[in-house]
Amino acid sequence: MSPRLAKATINGLLIGGSAIALFPLLWMLSVSFMQPGEASSLPPPLLPAHPTWNNYHELFARAGMGRYLLNSLLVSTAITLLSLAFNLMAGYAFAKLRFAGRERLFQALLGGLVIPAQVAMLPLFLLLKYLGLVNSYAAVVVPAMATIFGIFLVRQYARGIPDDLMEAARIDGAGELRIFVQIVLPLLKPIMVTLAIFTFLAAWNDFMWPLIALTGQEHYTLPIALASLSREHVQDSELMMAGSVVTVLPVLLLFLALQRYYLQGLLLGSVKG
Amino acid sequence: MNPQRAAWLFLTPALLVLGLFFLLPVIAAFVLSLTDYDLYALADIRNLRFVALGNYWELLHRPLFWSALGHTLCFVAIGVPLSIVTSLGAAMLLNSPLARMKPLFRTALFAPVVTTVVAVAVIWRYLFNTKYGLANYVLGGIGIHPVDWLGDPHWAMPTIILFAVWKNFGYNMIIFLAGLQAIPADLYEAARIDGASALRQFRHITLPMLGPTLLMVSILTVSGYFQLFAEPYVMTEGGPLQSTVSVLYLMYEEGFKWWNLGSASAVAFLLFMIMFAVTAAMLRVSKRGGEA
Repeated sequence: MSPRLAKATINGLLIGGSAIALFPLLWMLSVSFMQPGEASSLPPPLLPAHPTWNNYHELFARAGMGRYLLNSLLVSTAITLLSLAFNLMAGYAFAKLRFAGRERLFQALLGGLVIPAQVAMLPLFLLLKYLGLVNSYAAVVVPAMATIFGIFLVRQYARGIPDDLMEAARIDGAGELRIFVQIVLPLLKPIMVTLAIFTFLAAWNDFMWPLIALTGQEHYTLPIALASLSREHVQDSELMMAGSVVTVLPVLLLFLALQRYYLQGLLLGSVKG
Repeated sequence: MNPQRAAWLFLTPALLVLGLFFLLPVIAAFVLSLTDYDLYALADIRNLRFVALGNYWELLHRPLFWSALGHTLCFVAIGVPLSIVTSLGAAMLLNSPLARMKPLFRTALFAPVVTTVVAVAVIWRYLFNTKYGLANYVLGGIGIHPVDWLGDPHWAMPTIILFAVWKNFGYNMIIFLAGLQAIPADLYEAARIDGASALRQFRHITLPMLGPTLLMVSILTVSGYFQLFAEPYVMTEGGPLQSTVSVLYLMYEEGFKWWNLGSASAVAFLLFMIMFAVTAAMLRVSKRGGEA
């Protein structure tokens, strides 16, 4: 194969692949601006004849989309902040503080990674029911406040901090909490951003547990609301596409803004240490 | 405060959360799977009876469990290789020195990964609509009759597999890309001087050098694909004719639709054991392959 042909083939395949990856998303955006019923015609239209905001208006005014959007924001933000705090503290302790049984405890935690989360879901539901937390924001937030993966990620990163920094501070009489907040946390900033965006995206996109834990509409997050709407409005493709845009756009934009950190975390998390 | 005490203080919140909301429920799930916990026990705990392995025994005699397991295994056995080949192919294209505008293509190919399963599943449902869907329209253009993608028991699972590959391949693509970039360029240089074809370079340099990455990616992808749930829930509701009921879908219906929490826990544990066995087998086979 001549170099020019090879170059054309490779770039052609990349363009084709990207088109397949992006087409459903662009089509969603386009249909969300169509008049009701417009997408259900032949040949299937690619662009709206008369673009309209009607579907979005309908979603927010009648279907309560604003509420679901707020729920999603609230739940995902709470999970991100709380799990960030807890995972940072634990990851740092596993990396830099000496205590009896440290390695064994960490190995035990890693062992927990093989258990799929769904195994815990049934008793977790009962536990939260007895605590009176089912169908509240807490039902989704509380179980997600610490993750083995997050602790692992922080530990890997924190091991790179030189011990001398902490020793010097200890000799100067600084307390452990002060060392953590003033010396360690600033050094952990890159992994904090990575972990934050990872956690936020996972919380935003989570489906199975919120579906189980949130039994009433008033607490629905966007994915749950969208799944329930799509069962009611099977025919209204334009309305459903607008709902999908509202659900997908925030995370897509967040990813585009912080892409570098996200991909870095993906690679860090996949390298077993 | 000495470091030892500080360590436990730092660990306590995370360990408390993991212990109370993960470890304890996992143990409880096993206990639950040995009881007949159902709607009556939910109302009054005194109705609870210990049934030992009764739930497991019953499940193994239920055709629906076996068909759910069959669907899940089919999803894993076809979906995982397809997704890995797609990821590796995309990563090799991106890694090629001839490729232009790599960051742009990388972002485009990765975009489906960060989207919400439910939202994109809804999109696919319309794209694969029998009457008005674009998929059938395009196929009609080259003379293929409309396919009832999500309404035909033979086509529903392949459609879901296709969807899952589209949604997920970008994740492993990034990992493969990093693996490919770590292969020293002089290996290829030497092979080229020896006159090795592109195919031979792939077989004798790329694949062996990617070996550990490939194993890790396969194991992670297999355990991810075993957890099939949201796709059938949104796209087909387990239908048509229960042809897309996965093990987790069965667990969800058993537990939260019929409130048979004892039997649902048994389903969850069986899935866990099967995943564990498959992962262990993969590690074993790869180790033997590495020694040979």
